[in-house]
Amino acid sequence: MHPSSTIHPKPPKRGNKYRSRLAASLVLSLLLTTASGCSTKDTASESDSHSSSKSGKTIELQNVSYDPTRELYVEYNQAFQKYWQDKTGDLVQIKQSHGGSGKQARSVIDGQKADVVTLALGYDIQAIQEAGFIQEGWQQEFADNSAPYTSTIVLLVRKGNPKQIKDWNDLIRDDVSVITPNPKTSGGARWNYLAAWGYALKHNNQEEEKAKEFVKALFKRVPVLDSGARGSTTTFVEREIGDVLISWENEAFLAINELGKDKFEIVVPTLSILAEPPVAVIDKNAEAKGTAEVATAYLTYLYSEEAQEIVAKHYYRPRSKEVVNKYKNTFPAVELLTIDQDFGGWSEAQNKHFADGGIFDQIYTGQ
Amino acid sequence: MHPFEGKAKANSAGSSLPYGAGRTTVQAVTSESQAVRRLLIGIMLIFIVLMLILPLAAVFSQALKKGAEVAALAWTDPDAWAAIRLTLATALVVVPLNAIFGLSAAWCITKFSFRGKGLLSSLIDIPFSVSPVIAGFIFILLFGAHGWFGPLLDAHGWQIIFSWPGIILGTLFVTFPFVARELIPLMQAQGIQEEEAAITLGATGWKLFTRITLPNIKWGLLYGLVICNARAMGEFGAVSVVSGHIRGVTNTMPLHIEILYHEYQFSAAFAVASLLVLLACLTLVLQYWLDRKRQVH
Repeated sequence: MHPSSTIHPKPPKRGNKYRSRLAASLVLSLLLTTASGCSTKDTASESDSHSSSKSGKTIELQNVSYDPTRELYVEYNQAFQKYWQDKTGDLVQIKQSHGGSGKQARSVIDGQKADVVTLALGYDIQAIQEAGFIQEGWQQEFADNSAPYTSTIVLLVRKGNPKQIKDWNDLIRDDVSVITPNPKTSGGARWNYLAAWGYALKHNNQEEEKAKEFVKALFKRVPVLDSGARGSTTTFVEREIGDVLISWENEAFLAINELGKDKFEIVVPTLSILAEPPVAVIDKNAEAKGTAEVATAYLTYLYSEEAQEIVAKHYYRPRSKEVVNKYKNTFPAVELLTIDQDFGGWSEAQNKHFADGGIFDQIYTGQ
Repeated sequence: MHPFEGKAKANSAGSSLPYGAGRTTVQAVTSESQAVRRLLIGIMLIFIVLMLILPLAAVFSQALKKGAEVAALAWTDPDAWAAIRLTLATALVVVPLNAIFGLSAAWCITKFSFRGKGLLSSLIDIPFSVSPVIAGFIFILLFGAHGWFGPLLDAHGWQIIFSWPGIILGTLFVTFPFVARELIPLMQAQGIQEEEAAITLGATGWKLFTRITLPNIKWGLLYGLVICNARAMGEFGAVSVVSGHIRGVTNTMPLHIEILYHEYQFSAAFAVASLLVLLACLTLVLQYWLDRKRQVH
């Protein structure tokens, strides 16, 4: 044992006392900073509400969205905030959360207090409805199947298109390596898969066996299956793996703009699929928080001319005819399949292709 | 038994050498050839450079790739500030709570004997063996909308998951064993003689704790707190599950870094990452200093 601690000679003892006082004051200051940290947060939010209390109240709105919409909603939220303040005098503060569409839906089901969701697939919103948070008929609540913007699936290739990739059938060539996320976990990947499936059906007289062979050959060309669309884009652009990325059109444009126009170019295939990322008010949460009115207005305003311009600027295809016309050079016309007419809706497509034991499992594990 | 046991014991009394070490020649320790020794040392150095120094250097060089202004902008961004504040606040709540818990647990386990002591001791280690992701899901199962206490919380309008209480709970769970694990071996080695002596001299429980136990373990305790703090600030898995990722509200620094990275803001991501690394380095310096203190006392 330490003899010094039992004898306690005087000088070190004084030192000990000093040190323990030091330790105590350390702990105290830690606690104080915690307390002051909390109080500054409180005063901050108070001052926010004070500054706006002249004209109206402050409303907080939570928008749970999917990955690639971040830039779009940063700009749209500012536009809506201004619109709503001019109209009612109230200040809306919109809090954003982004992540994989399926994961985000799961969080809302588990109790995340979203007022609105703006997700990648109707299927994910359907799941929230089935958990009892949204009233039935949400897809008819807003215009155009509650999808204020659309997108489609395109091919992103390296500058100069060195592998001469023109269409879906080039993706199954032996010398081409394809990047796409995992359809089991990624909403975007399901659109990718279905677009390829639709192309194969069309070029094989609607024979399903041929289509199966085609997507099987395509997924044989995929060296990495990331779990989400953003992950795949990073694999393709940052890690420089693969010759072609199957991607959302808006995501492809974003990659080009963020990471260099001299590095990539977009190839629009002869046939693609109309992706309708829908929006919905989470009725249960909005009613409990008293935000139903502003939440509905928030989603309705997405169809306004101003919002549609923002939508086009962020490379989503707008619904408004005028805005579509204005941006027709950005968004070339392409033959588009739709999930409802060509695949019998999301539930059917999901069960047939992506459920456990579905076609994707058969072709992917069968490799 | 060894014939020289008694003699060896006598020889090594007062020294920390293992018994018998005095009789073997010094060569025994370094009998390997010069080449082998250099090779082994070389392997270690290469490993340290590749696995520790290079990655850290990469973080800082990436952060400053687009210039110091971009890095500074990333630090002063309101969402980044909110993440930094949340991370520090979480650590400041979690560390004192774990100090109290760790002290009580170590005190209980090392100073008393009772049935189930071994069980209690292994229970403390559960957070070490359970993946942080599972820790996160545990709290969703308990406090989520469809969890055990979900309806109760809902009725009162209380939010735990996808809000800061969930983040604190997740971090608390993951960092739970750090202080106790640091203190238990130390207090076990110190034994209970000093406490017993104090009691025979009439010390009360509080006096005993503040005058005998605490001074004996204070450097070990502070060391445990520093490690606990490092982990609390860096925790990703459990927090990611319960956070809800609401920008400027429930994102901690590690989550904010991941988001920036996925948004192609690589420089910003590494700028915030380097801030976290700097905090870790600060922890390291503190740890080093405490370690020396502890060895002196």
